[in-house]
Amino acid sequence: MLPMFDGIDWLGVFFYILSAVIVVSALLVVFSKNIVHSVLWLVISFIAVAGIFITLNADFLALIQVMVYAGAICIMVVLGIMLIKRDDMNKTNMFNSQLYFGGAVALMVTFLTGFASYKINYSGNPPMVPENSVESIATLLLSKYVIPFEVVALLLTVTLVGAIYIAREVKADADS
Amino acid sequence: MLESIFIEIADIIRYWFLDLGTPELLTEIILMLIKLSAILGFIIVNALWLVYMERKVAAYIQSRIGPIHTGPKGLLQTAADILKLMGKEIILPDGINRIIFILMPILIFVPPLMTWAVIPFGRDMTAVDIDMGVFYILAVGSLSTIIFWAAGWASNNKYSLIGGMRVVAQMVSYELPLVLGLLGVVMISGSLNLNQIVIAQDNVWFIFTQPIAFLIYLIAGISETNRAPFDLVEGESEIIAGPYTEYSGMGFALFFLAEYANMMVVSAVCTVMFLGGWLAPFGMDFIPSWVWFFLKMYFIIFLFMWIRWTYPRMRVDHLMAFGWKVLVPLSLANIFVTGACIYIFRGIGW
Repeated sequence: MLPMFDGIDWLGVFFYILSAVIVVSALLVVFSKNIVHSVLWLVISFIAVAGIFITLNADFLALIQVMVYAGAICIMVVLGIMLIKRDDMNKTNMFNSQLYFGGAVALMVTFLTGFASYKINYSGNPPMVPENSVESIATLLLSKYVIPFEVVALLLTVTLVGAIYIAREVKADADS
Repeated sequence: MLESIFIEIADIIRYWFLDLGTPELLTEIILMLIKLSAILGFIIVNALWLVYMERKVAAYIQSRIGPIHTGPKGLLQTAADILKLMGKEIILPDGINRIIFILMPILIFVPPLMTWAVIPFGRDMTAVDIDMGVFYILAVGSLSTIIFWAAGWASNNKYSLIGGMRVVAQMVSYELPLVLGLLGVVMISGSLNLNQIVIAQDNVWFIFTQPIAFLIYLIAGISETNRAPFDLVEGESEIIAGPYTEYSGMGFALFFLAEYANMMVVSAVCTVMFLGGWLAPFGMDFIPSWVWFFLKMYFIIFLFMWIRWTYPRMRVDHLMAFGWKVLVPLSLANIFVTGACIYIFRGIGW
Protein backbone atom coordinates (compact mmCIF):
# COMPACT_ATOMS: atom_id res chain seq x y z
CA MET A 1 0.00 0.00 0.00
CA LEU A 2 1.05 3.55 -0.62
CA PRO A 3 0.58 5.41 2.66
CA MET A 4 0.74 8.84 1.06
CA PHE A 5 -2.77 8.40 -0.35
CA ASP A 6 -4.36 7.76 3.03
CA GLY A 7 -6.11 10.42 5.01
CA ILE A 8 -6.24 13.05 2.30
CA ASP A 9 -9.53 14.89 1.95
CA TRP A 10 -9.76 14.59 -1.82
CA LEU A 11 -12.92 16.69 -2.05
CA GLY A 12 -11.13 19.42 -0.14
CA VAL A 13 -8.15 19.27 -2.50
CA PHE A 14 -10.41 19.51 -5.54
CA PHE A 15 -12.34 22.36 -3.91
CA TYR A 16 -9.18 24.42 -3.45
CA ILE A 17 -7.90 23.69 -6.97
CA LEU A 18 -11.25 24.62 -8.52
CA SER A 19 -11.63 27.71 -6.35
CA ALA A 20 -8.17 28.91 -7.36
CA VAL A 21 -9.11 28.41 -11.04
CA ILE A 22 -12.37 30.30 -10.55
CA VAL A 23 -10.77 33.24 -8.75
CA VAL A 24 -7.84 33.57 -11.15
CA SER A 25 -9.96 33.28 -14.29
CA ALA A 26 -12.59 35.67 -12.90
CA LEU A 27 -9.84 38.22 -12.21
CA LEU A 28 -8.52 37.74 -15.74
CA VAL A 29 -12.05 38.35 -17.07
CA VAL A 30 -11.95 41.77 -15.44
CA PHE A 31 -8.36 42.67 -16.22
CA SER A 32 -8.10 41.45 -19.83
CA LYS A 33 -8.09 44.39 -22.21
CA ASN A 34 -9.42 42.28 -25.07
CA ILE A 35 -13.08 41.40 -24.70
CA VAL A 36 -12.71 38.05 -26.46
CA HIS A 37 -10.01 37.00 -24.02
CA SER A 38 -12.34 38.02 -21.19
CA VAL A 39 -15.09 35.85 -22.58
CA LEU A 40 -12.83 32.82 -23.00
CA TRP A 41 -11.67 33.19 -19.40
CA LEU A 42 -15.33 33.44 -18.41
CA VAL A 43 -15.94 30.04 -20.02
CA ILE A 44 -13.12 28.52 -17.96
CA SER A 45 -14.51 30.11 -14.82
CA PHE A 46 -18.00 28.70 -15.49
CA ILE A 47 -16.65 25.22 -16.15
CA ALA A 48 -14.73 25.34 -12.87
CA VAL A 49 -17.96 26.35 -11.09
CA ALA A 50 -19.58 23.28 -12.69
CA GLY A 51 -16.72 21.25 -11.19
CA ILE A 52 -17.54 22.62 -7.73
CA PHE A 53 -21.18 21.61 -8.24
CA ILE A 54 -20.01 18.08 -9.07
CA THR A 55 -18.01 17.83 -5.85
CA LEU A 56 -21.25 18.77 -4.04
CA ASN A 57 -23.14 15.93 -5.83
CA ALA A 58 -25.25 18.45 -7.76
CA ASP A 59 -24.67 16.84 -11.17
CA PHE A 60 -27.80 18.30 -12.74
CA LEU A 61 -26.85 21.83 -11.78
CA ALA A 62 -23.30 21.24 -13.05
CA LEU A 63 -24.52 20.15 -16.47
CA ILE A 64 -26.99 23.05 -16.64
CA GLN A 65 -24.07 25.34 -15.83
CA VAL A 66 -22.01 23.96 -18.72
CA MET A 67 -24.87 23.82 -21.22
CA VAL A 68 -26.65 27.11 -20.60
CA TYR A 69 -23.60 29.26 -20.01
CA ALA A 70 -21.48 27.86 -22.83
CA GLY A 71 -24.37 28.40 -25.24
CA ALA A 72 -25.26 31.81 -23.86
CA ILE A 73 -21.64 32.93 -23.95
CA CYS A 74 -21.30 32.25 -27.66
CA ILE A 75 -24.23 34.53 -28.36
CA MET A 76 -22.82 37.13 -25.99
CA VAL A 77 -19.51 37.11 -27.83
CA VAL A 78 -21.16 37.50 -31.19
CA LEU A 79 -23.21 40.43 -29.94
CA GLY A 80 -20.15 41.91 -28.28
CA ILE A 81 -18.15 41.83 -31.48
CA MET A 82 -20.96 43.10 -33.64
CA LEU A 83 -21.85 45.97 -31.32
CA ILE A 84 -18.38 47.16 -30.33
CA LYS A 85 -16.78 49.42 -32.90
CA ARG A 86 -13.08 49.62 -32.17
CA ASP A 87 -10.19 49.44 -34.57
CA ASP A 88 -7.92 47.84 -32.00
CA MET A 89 -9.23 44.73 -30.24
CA ASN A 90 -6.94 45.50 -27.31
CA LYS A 91 -9.09 48.48 -26.40
CA THR A 92 -12.43 46.70 -26.27
CA ASN A 93 -12.61 45.99 -22.54
CA MET A 94 -11.19 49.11 -20.92
CA PHE A 95 -11.64 50.25 -17.33
CA ASN A 96 -14.26 52.92 -16.92
CA SER A 97 -13.99 55.99 -14.72
CA GLN A 98 -17.17 55.49 -12.67
CA LEU A 99 -15.21 54.95 -9.46
CA TYR A 100 -17.87 55.98 -6.91
CA PHE A 101 -20.84 54.38 -8.63
CA GLY A 102 -18.98 51.15 -9.43
CA GLY A 103 -17.53 51.02 -5.94
CA ALA A 104 -20.99 51.45 -4.42
CA VAL A 105 -22.40 48.61 -6.54
CA ALA A 106 -19.45 46.35 -5.67
CA LEU A 107 -19.85 47.11 -1.95
CA MET A 108 -23.57 46.42 -2.13
CA VAL A 109 -23.06 43.06 -3.84
CA THR A 110 -20.38 42.09 -1.33
CA PHE A 111 -22.64 43.08 1.55
CA LEU A 112 -25.64 41.19 0.14
CA THR A 113 -23.76 37.94 -0.54
CA GLY A 114 -22.03 38.18 2.83
CA PHE A 115 -25.33 38.80 4.60
CA ALA A 116 -27.02 35.93 2.73
CA SER A 117 -24.27 33.46 3.55
CA TYR A 118 -24.24 34.65 7.17
CA LYS A 119 -28.00 34.09 7.49
CA ILE A 120 -27.91 30.52 6.14
CA ASN A 121 -28.10 27.96 8.90
CA TYR A 122 -25.35 25.46 8.06
CA SER A 123 -26.09 22.14 9.68
CA GLY A 124 -23.36 19.63 10.36
CA ASN A 125 -25.18 16.68 8.82
CA PRO A 126 -26.74 17.53 5.47
CA PRO A 127 -29.35 15.03 4.22
CA MET A 128 -28.13 12.41 1.74
CA VAL A 129 -28.28 13.38 -1.92
CA PRO A 130 -30.84 11.20 -3.71
CA GLU A 131 -29.39 8.79 -6.25
CA ASN A 132 -31.49 10.14 -9.11
CA SER A 133 -31.63 13.89 -8.58
CA VAL A 134 -33.33 14.67 -11.92
CA GLU A 135 -36.47 12.82 -10.86
CA SER A 136 -36.68 14.71 -7.57
CA ILE A 137 -36.15 18.04 -9.34
CA ALA A 138 -38.84 17.20 -11.89
CA THR A 139 -41.32 16.18 -9.21
CA LEU A 140 -40.70 19.34 -7.21
CA LEU A 141 -40.91 21.56 -10.28
CA LEU A 142 -44.32 20.18 -11.25
CA SER A 143 -45.82 20.01 -7.77
CA LYS A 144 -44.55 22.41 -5.13
CA TYR A 145 -42.94 24.99 -7.44
CA VAL A 146 -45.36 24.71 -10.35
CA ILE A 147 -46.43 28.39 -10.24
CA PRO A 148 -42.89 29.88 -10.40
CA PHE A 149 -42.11 27.31 -13.11
CA GLU A 150 -45.09 28.39 -15.20
CA VAL A 151 -44.32 32.07 -14.62
CA VAL A 152 -40.78 31.56 -15.90
CA ALA A 153 -42.12 29.71 -18.93
CA LEU A 154 -44.54 32.57 -19.62
CA LEU A 155 -41.77 35.13 -19.24
CA LEU A 156 -39.58 33.28 -21.74
CA THR A 157 -42.47 33.05 -24.21
CA VAL A 158 -43.10 36.79 -23.89
CA THR A 159 -39.40 37.46 -24.49
CA LEU A 160 -39.37 35.25 -27.58
CA VAL A 161 -42.50 36.84 -29.04
CA GLY A 162 -41.14 40.29 -28.28
CA ALA A 163 -37.84 39.51 -29.99
CA ILE A 164 -39.64 38.24 -33.09
CA TYR A 165 -41.87 41.33 -33.13
CA ILE A 166 -38.92 43.72 -32.92
CA ALA A 167 -37.03 41.84 -35.63
CA ARG A 168 -40.03 41.91 -37.96
CA GLU A 169 -40.57 45.62 -37.48
CA VAL A 170 -37.02 46.46 -38.48
CA LYS A 171 -37.37 44.37 -41.62
CA ALA A 172 -40.63 46.11 -42.60
CA ASP A 173 -38.95 49.51 -42.24
CA ALA A 174 -36.05 48.45 -44.41
CA ASP A 175 -38.36 47.41 -47.21
CA SER A 176 -40.29 50.68 -47.43
CA MET B 1 -16.45 -15.55 -24.91
CA LEU B 2 -16.31 -12.94 -27.65
CA GLU B 3 -19.25 -11.13 -26.05
CA SER B 4 -17.32 -10.11 -22.95
CA ILE B 5 -13.78 -10.00 -24.38
CA PHE B 6 -13.21 -6.33 -23.48
CA ILE B 7 -14.60 -6.74 -19.97
CA GLU B 8 -12.26 -9.70 -19.45
CA ILE B 9 -9.27 -7.70 -20.68
CA ALA B 10 -10.19 -4.96 -18.18
CA ASP B 11 -10.46 -7.56 -15.40
CA ILE B 12 -7.08 -9.05 -16.29
CA ILE B 13 -5.45 -5.60 -16.11
CA ARG B 14 -7.23 -4.83 -12.83
CA TYR B 15 -6.08 -8.07 -11.14
CA TRP B 16 -2.59 -7.66 -12.53
CA PHE B 17 -2.30 -4.26 -10.85
CA LEU B 18 -3.93 -5.47 -7.62
CA ASP B 19 -1.46 -8.38 -7.52
CA LEU B 20 1.39 -5.90 -7.73
CA GLY B 21 0.08 -4.35 -4.50
CA THR B 22 -1.39 -1.21 -6.02
CA PRO B 23 -4.13 0.32 -3.83
CA GLU B 24 -7.67 -0.04 -5.11
CA LEU B 25 -8.25 3.67 -5.79
CA LEU B 26 -5.02 3.96 -7.79
CA THR B 27 -5.91 0.80 -9.75
CA GLU B 28 -9.27 2.26 -10.70
CA ILE B 29 -7.62 5.52 -11.75
CA ILE B 30 -5.06 3.65 -13.88
CA LEU B 31 -7.82 1.53 -15.41
CA MET B 32 -9.86 4.63 -16.22
CA LEU B 33 -6.82 6.22 -17.89
CA ILE B 34 -6.32 3.06 -19.95
CA LYS B 35 -9.98 3.08 -20.97
CA LEU B 36 -9.88 6.75 -21.96
CA SER B 37 -6.67 6.35 -23.96
CA ALA B 38 -8.22 3.35 -25.70
CA ILE B 39 -11.18 5.57 -26.60
CA LEU B 40 -8.84 8.30 -27.85
CA GLY B 41 -7.01 5.77 -30.01
CA PHE B 42 -10.34 4.46 -31.27
CA ILE B 43 -11.50 7.97 -32.22
CA ILE B 44 -8.28 8.89 -34.03
CA VAL B 45 -7.96 5.61 -35.95
CA ASN B 46 -11.63 5.80 -36.91
CA ALA B 47 -11.41 9.43 -37.98
CA LEU B 48 -8.45 8.51 -40.16
CA TRP B 49 -10.21 5.70 -41.99
CA LEU B 50 -13.58 7.43 -42.14
CA VAL B 51 -11.89 9.98 -44.41
CA TYR B 52 -10.95 7.07 -46.67
CA MET B 53 -14.51 5.72 -46.46
CA GLU B 54 -15.90 9.16 -47.30
CA ARG B 55 -13.67 9.38 -50.39
CA LYS B 56 -14.64 5.90 -51.52
CA VAL B 57 -18.37 6.54 -50.99
CA ALA B 58 -18.10 9.88 -52.81
CA ALA B 59 -16.23 8.21 -55.66
CA TYR B 60 -18.86 5.49 -55.93
CA ILE B 61 -21.72 8.00 -55.98
CA GLN B 62 -19.93 10.09 -58.64
CA SER B 63 -18.94 7.03 -60.74
CA ARG B 64 -15.23 7.35 -59.98
CA ILE B 65 -12.78 4.90 -58.38
CA GLY B 66 -11.37 6.95 -55.52
CA PRO B 67 -7.93 6.35 -53.96
CA ILE B 68 -6.44 3.02 -55.11
CA HIS B 69 -2.65 3.36 -55.24
CA THR B 70 -1.36 3.81 -51.69
CA GLY B 71 -1.47 0.45 -49.94
CA PRO B 72 -3.92 -2.34 -50.76
CA LYS B 73 -7.01 -0.80 -52.37
CA GLY B 74 -5.74 2.64 -51.34
CA LEU B 75 -6.25 1.89 -47.65
CA LEU B 76 -3.12 3.76 -46.59
CA GLN B 77 -4.00 6.91 -48.53
CA THR B 78 -5.30 8.91 -45.55
CA ALA B 79 -2.45 7.74 -43.32
CA ALA B 80 -0.02 9.02 -45.94
CA ASP B 81 -1.96 12.27 -46.17
CA ILE B 82 -1.73 12.81 -42.42
CA LEU B 83 2.01 12.00 -42.46
CA LYS B 84 2.46 14.62 -45.16
CA LEU B 85 0.44 17.18 -43.20
CA MET B 86 2.52 16.49 -40.07
CA GLY B 87 5.64 17.30 -42.02
CA LYS B 88 4.28 20.59 -43.29
CA GLU B 89 5.17 23.90 -41.75
CA ILE B 90 2.49 25.44 -39.56
CA ILE B 91 2.16 28.95 -40.92
CA LEU B 92 1.29 31.60 -38.35
CA PRO B 93 -0.05 34.63 -40.25
CA ASP B 94 0.49 38.21 -39.12
CA GLY B 95 -1.90 39.70 -36.60
CA ILE B 96 -3.34 36.43 -35.35
CA ASN B 97 -4.01 35.77 -31.71
CA ARG B 98 -1.17 33.31 -31.34
CA ILE B 99 -2.18 31.35 -28.22
CA ILE B 100 -5.83 30.91 -29.16
CA PHE B 101 -4.89 30.11 -32.75
CA ILE B 102 -2.62 27.24 -31.71
CA LEU B 103 -4.76 26.03 -28.80
CA MET B 104 -8.10 25.64 -30.58
CA PRO B 105 -7.21 22.77 -32.99
CA ILE B 106 -6.02 20.83 -29.94
CA LEU B 107 -9.06 21.62 -27.80
CA ILE B 108 -11.45 20.67 -30.60
CA PHE B 109 -10.85 16.99 -29.75
CA VAL B 110 -11.90 17.41 -26.11
CA PRO B 111 -15.72 17.43 -26.51
CA PRO B 112 -15.84 14.24 -28.68
CA LEU B 113 -13.49 12.44 -26.29
CA MET B 114 -15.55 13.48 -23.25
CA THR B 115 -18.72 12.39 -25.00
CA TRP B 116 -17.39 8.97 -25.98
CA ALA B 117 -16.56 8.26 -22.34
CA VAL B 118 -20.25 7.77 -21.49
CA ILE B 119 -21.43 5.95 -24.62
CA PRO B 120 -22.21 2.25 -24.08
CA PHE B 121 -20.24 0.24 -26.63
CA GLY B 122 -21.87 -3.04 -25.64
CA ARG B 123 -23.44 -4.91 -22.76
CA ASP B 124 -21.79 -3.54 -19.56
CA MET B 125 -19.23 -1.74 -21.70
CA THR B 126 -19.40 1.91 -20.68
CA ALA B 127 -16.23 3.69 -19.59
CA VAL B 128 -18.14 6.03 -17.25
CA ASP B 129 -21.73 5.04 -16.57
CA ILE B 130 -23.50 8.18 -15.31
CA ASP B 131 -27.17 8.73 -14.59
CA MET B 132 -27.56 11.78 -16.82
CA GLY B 133 -25.83 10.46 -19.92
CA VAL B 134 -28.08 12.16 -22.48
CA PHE B 135 -27.90 15.49 -20.73
CA TYR B 136 -24.14 15.18 -20.28
CA ILE B 137 -23.63 14.55 -24.00
CA LEU B 138 -25.71 17.60 -24.92
CA ALA B 139 -23.92 19.80 -22.39
CA VAL B 140 -20.43 18.76 -23.46
CA GLY B 141 -21.36 18.88 -27.13
CA SER B 142 -22.43 22.50 -26.82
CA LEU B 143 -18.87 23.41 -25.82
CA SER B 144 -17.47 22.81 -29.31
CA THR B 145 -19.33 25.86 -30.68
CA ILE B 146 -17.10 28.31 -28.86
CA ILE B 147 -13.96 26.42 -29.91
CA PHE B 148 -14.84 26.71 -33.61
CA TRP B 149 -15.79 30.33 -33.12
CA ALA B 150 -12.58 31.22 -31.25
CA ALA B 151 -10.51 29.55 -33.98
CA GLY B 152 -12.28 31.69 -36.58
CA TRP B 153 -11.85 34.85 -34.56
CA ALA B 154 -8.18 34.28 -33.70
CA SER B 155 -7.26 33.90 -37.39
CA ASN B 156 -7.69 37.67 -38.00
CA ASN B 157 -9.30 37.07 -41.37
CA LYS B 158 -12.71 38.28 -42.46
CA TYR B 159 -13.64 34.94 -44.02
CA SER B 160 -12.64 33.12 -40.84
CA LEU B 161 -14.70 35.53 -38.74
CA ILE B 162 -17.77 35.16 -40.95
CA GLY B 163 -17.33 31.38 -40.76
CA GLY B 164 -17.09 31.59 -36.99
CA MET B 165 -20.27 33.66 -36.84
CA ARG B 166 -22.01 31.10 -38.99
CA VAL B 167 -20.85 28.31 -36.67
CA VAL B 168 -22.46 30.10 -33.72
CA ALA B 169 -25.71 30.88 -35.56
CA GLN B 170 -26.04 27.40 -37.04
CA MET B 171 -25.01 25.31 -34.05
CA VAL B 172 -27.02 27.30 -31.51
CA SER B 173 -30.20 27.21 -33.61
CA TYR B 174 -29.94 23.52 -34.49
CA GLU B 175 -29.10 22.50 -30.94
CA LEU B 176 -32.67 23.34 -29.97
CA PRO B 177 -34.45 20.82 -32.26
CA LEU B 178 -31.71 18.29 -31.43
CA VAL B 179 -32.46 18.51 -27.71
CA LEU B 180 -36.22 18.64 -28.20
CA GLY B 181 -36.09 15.63 -30.54
CA LEU B 182 -34.17 13.56 -27.99
CA LEU B 183 -36.68 14.59 -25.32
CA GLY B 184 -39.34 12.35 -26.90
CA VAL B 185 -37.09 9.31 -26.41
CA VAL B 186 -36.32 10.34 -22.83
CA MET B 187 -40.05 10.70 -22.15
CA ILE B 188 -40.81 7.17 -23.34
CA SER B 189 -37.88 5.47 -21.66
CA GLY B 190 -38.24 7.56 -18.49
CA SER B 191 -34.48 7.75 -17.98
CA LEU B 192 -31.47 9.86 -18.93
CA ASN B 193 -29.06 6.95 -18.48
CA LEU B 194 -27.89 5.69 -21.87
CA ASN B 195 -27.80 2.05 -20.73
CA GLN B 196 -31.36 2.28 -19.40
CA ILE B 197 -32.48 3.79 -22.70
CA VAL B 198 -30.91 0.89 -24.60
CA ILE B 199 -32.59 -1.65 -22.33
CA ALA B 200 -35.94 0.16 -22.73
CA GLN B 201 -35.72 -0.64 -26.47
CA ASP B 202 -35.75 -4.38 -25.83
CA ASN B 203 -39.18 -4.85 -27.46
CA VAL B 204 -39.24 -2.14 -30.09
CA TRP B 205 -36.58 0.33 -31.20
CA PHE B 206 -37.42 3.98 -30.68
CA ILE B 207 -37.03 4.68 -34.38
CA PHE B 208 -40.42 2.99 -34.81
CA THR B 209 -42.16 4.73 -31.92
CA GLN B 210 -40.42 8.10 -32.53
CA PRO B 211 -39.91 8.34 -36.32
CA ILE B 212 -40.32 12.11 -36.41
CA ALA B 213 -37.85 12.58 -33.58
CA PHE B 214 -35.38 10.37 -35.49
CA LEU B 215 -35.68 12.51 -38.62
CA ILE B 216 -35.34 15.73 -36.62
CA TYR B 217 -32.30 14.34 -34.84
CA LEU B 218 -30.70 13.21 -38.10
CA ILE B 219 -31.17 16.62 -39.77
CA ALA B 220 -30.05 18.57 -36.71
CA GLY B 221 -27.13 16.16 -36.30
CA ILE B 222 -25.90 16.81 -39.83
CA SER B 223 -26.14 20.51 -39.13
CA GLU B 224 -24.30 20.20 -35.81
CA THR B 225 -21.40 18.43 -37.52
CA ASN B 226 -21.34 21.12 -40.25
CA ARG B 227 -21.67 18.64 -43.09
CA ALA B 228 -23.35 19.12 -46.47
CA PRO B 229 -26.11 20.10 -47.18
CA PHE B 230 -25.60 22.28 -44.09
CA ASP B 231 -21.87 23.00 -44.49
CA LEU B 232 -22.31 26.75 -44.84
CA VAL B 233 -19.69 27.16 -42.16
CA GLU B 234 -17.03 26.15 -44.66
CA GLY B 235 -18.88 26.97 -47.85
CA GLU B 236 -15.81 27.27 -50.08
CA SER B 237 -17.62 29.15 -52.85
CA GLU B 238 -18.43 31.98 -50.42
CA ILE B 239 -15.96 32.06 -47.55
CA ILE B 240 -13.00 29.85 -48.64
CA ALA B 241 -12.92 27.43 -45.70
CA GLY B 242 -14.68 29.35 -42.95
CA PRO B 243 -12.91 29.21 -39.59
CA TYR B 244 -10.14 26.98 -41.01
CA THR B 245 -9.05 29.39 -43.74
CA GLU B 246 -5.75 30.39 -42.12
CA TYR B 247 -4.89 26.95 -40.77
CA SER B 248 -2.27 24.89 -42.55
CA GLY B 249 -0.55 21.57 -41.99
CA MET B 250 -1.51 19.71 -38.84
CA GLY B 251 -3.73 22.51 -37.55
CA PHE B 252 -6.04 22.04 -40.50
CA ALA B 253 -5.78 18.26 -40.29
CA LEU B 254 -6.94 18.31 -36.67
CA PHE B 255 -10.05 20.28 -37.58
CA PHE B 256 -10.62 17.94 -40.49
CA LEU B 257 -10.34 14.84 -38.27
CA ALA B 258 -12.47 16.48 -35.57
CA GLU B 259 -15.31 16.73 -38.07
CA TYR B 260 -15.25 12.94 -38.39
CA ALA B 261 -14.93 12.50 -34.61
CA ASN B 262 -18.03 14.66 -34.17
CA MET B 263 -19.84 12.69 -36.83
CA MET B 264 -19.01 9.49 -34.95
CA VAL B 265 -20.43 10.97 -31.75
CA VAL B 266 -23.67 11.99 -33.47
CA SER B 267 -23.99 8.56 -35.11
CA ALA B 268 -23.26 6.73 -31.84
CA VAL B 269 -25.86 8.78 -29.95
CA CYS B 270 -28.32 8.14 -32.78
CA THR B 271 -27.62 4.40 -32.48
CA VAL B 272 -28.12 4.43 -28.73
CA MET B 273 -31.23 6.58 -28.75
CA PHE B 274 -33.10 5.26 -31.78
CA LEU B 275 -31.58 2.03 -33.11
CA GLY B 276 -31.44 0.00 -29.93
CA GLY B 277 -27.74 0.54 -29.17
CA TRP B 278 -26.01 -2.79 -28.61
CA LEU B 279 -29.24 -4.83 -28.65
CA ALA B 280 -29.29 -7.56 -31.30
CA PRO B 281 -32.26 -7.45 -33.71
CA PHE B 282 -34.40 -10.59 -34.22
CA GLY B 283 -32.66 -12.32 -31.32
CA MET B 284 -29.39 -12.76 -33.24
CA ASP B 285 -27.41 -13.02 -30.02
CA PHE B 286 -24.58 -15.12 -31.47
CA ILE B 287 -23.04 -11.91 -32.81
CA PRO B 288 -21.55 -9.98 -29.83
CA SER B 289 -23.36 -6.84 -28.68
CA TRP B 290 -20.46 -4.49 -29.46
CA VAL B 291 -20.37 -5.71 -33.06
CA TRP B 292 -24.04 -4.79 -33.38
CA PHE B 293 -23.34 -1.36 -31.95
CA PHE B 294 -20.59 -0.71 -34.49
CA LEU B 295 -22.64 -2.09 -37.40
CA LYS B 296 -25.49 0.30 -36.59
CA MET B 297 -23.10 3.20 -36.02
CA TYR B 298 -21.34 2.72 -39.34
CA PHE B 299 -24.69 2.43 -41.08
CA ILE B 300 -25.66 5.88 -39.75
CA ILE B 301 -22.25 7.23 -40.79
CA PHE B 302 -22.80 5.83 -44.27
CA LEU B 303 -26.20 7.55 -44.30
CA PHE B 304 -24.48 10.85 -43.47
CA MET B 305 -22.03 10.39 -46.35
CA TRP B 306 -24.81 9.38 -48.72
CA ILE B 307 -26.73 12.55 -47.86
CA ARG B 308 -23.61 14.68 -48.20
CA TRP B 309 -22.84 13.55 -51.73
CA THR B 310 -26.47 13.63 -52.88
CA TYR B 311 -27.81 17.04 -51.90
CA PRO B 312 -26.50 20.51 -52.79
CA ARG B 313 -25.68 23.11 -50.14
CA MET B 314 -28.50 25.18 -48.65
CA ARG B 315 -28.57 28.97 -48.52
CA VAL B 316 -27.93 30.67 -45.17
CA ASP B 317 -31.36 32.27 -44.78
CA HIS B 318 -33.07 29.03 -45.85
CA LEU B 319 -31.03 27.17 -43.26
CA MET B 320 -32.05 29.44 -40.41
CA ALA B 321 -35.68 29.59 -41.55
CA PHE B 322 -35.79 25.80 -41.82
CA GLY B 323 -34.35 25.38 -38.34
CA TRP B 324 -36.61 27.85 -36.57
CA LYS B 325 -39.81 27.63 -38.59
CA VAL B 326 -39.92 23.90 -39.40
CA LEU B 327 -37.75 21.83 -37.08
CA VAL B 328 -38.46 23.61 -33.78
CA PRO B 329 -42.28 23.64 -34.11
CA LEU B 330 -42.20 20.07 -35.40
CA SER B 331 -40.15 18.86 -32.45
CA LEU B 332 -42.43 20.70 -30.00
CA ALA B 333 -45.45 19.06 -31.64
CA ASN B 334 -43.67 15.71 -31.38
CA ILE B 335 -43.18 16.21 -27.64
CA PHE B 336 -46.85 17.12 -27.23
CA VAL B 337 -48.07 14.09 -29.20
CA THR B 338 -45.65 11.79 -27.36
CA GLY B 339 -46.88 13.03 -23.99
CA ALA B 340 -50.53 12.59 -25.00
CA CYS B 341 -49.83 9.09 -26.36
CA ILE B 342 -47.99 8.03 -23.21
CA TYR B 343 -50.98 9.19 -21.16
CA ILE B 344 -53.50 7.40 -23.40
CA PHE B 345 -51.52 4.15 -23.50
CA ARG B 346 -51.16 4.24 -19.73
CA GLY B 347 -54.95 4.70 -19.49
CA ILE B 348 -55.54 1.69 -21.75
CA GLY B 349 -53.12 -0.26 -19.62
CA TRP B 350 -50.27 -1.14 -22.03
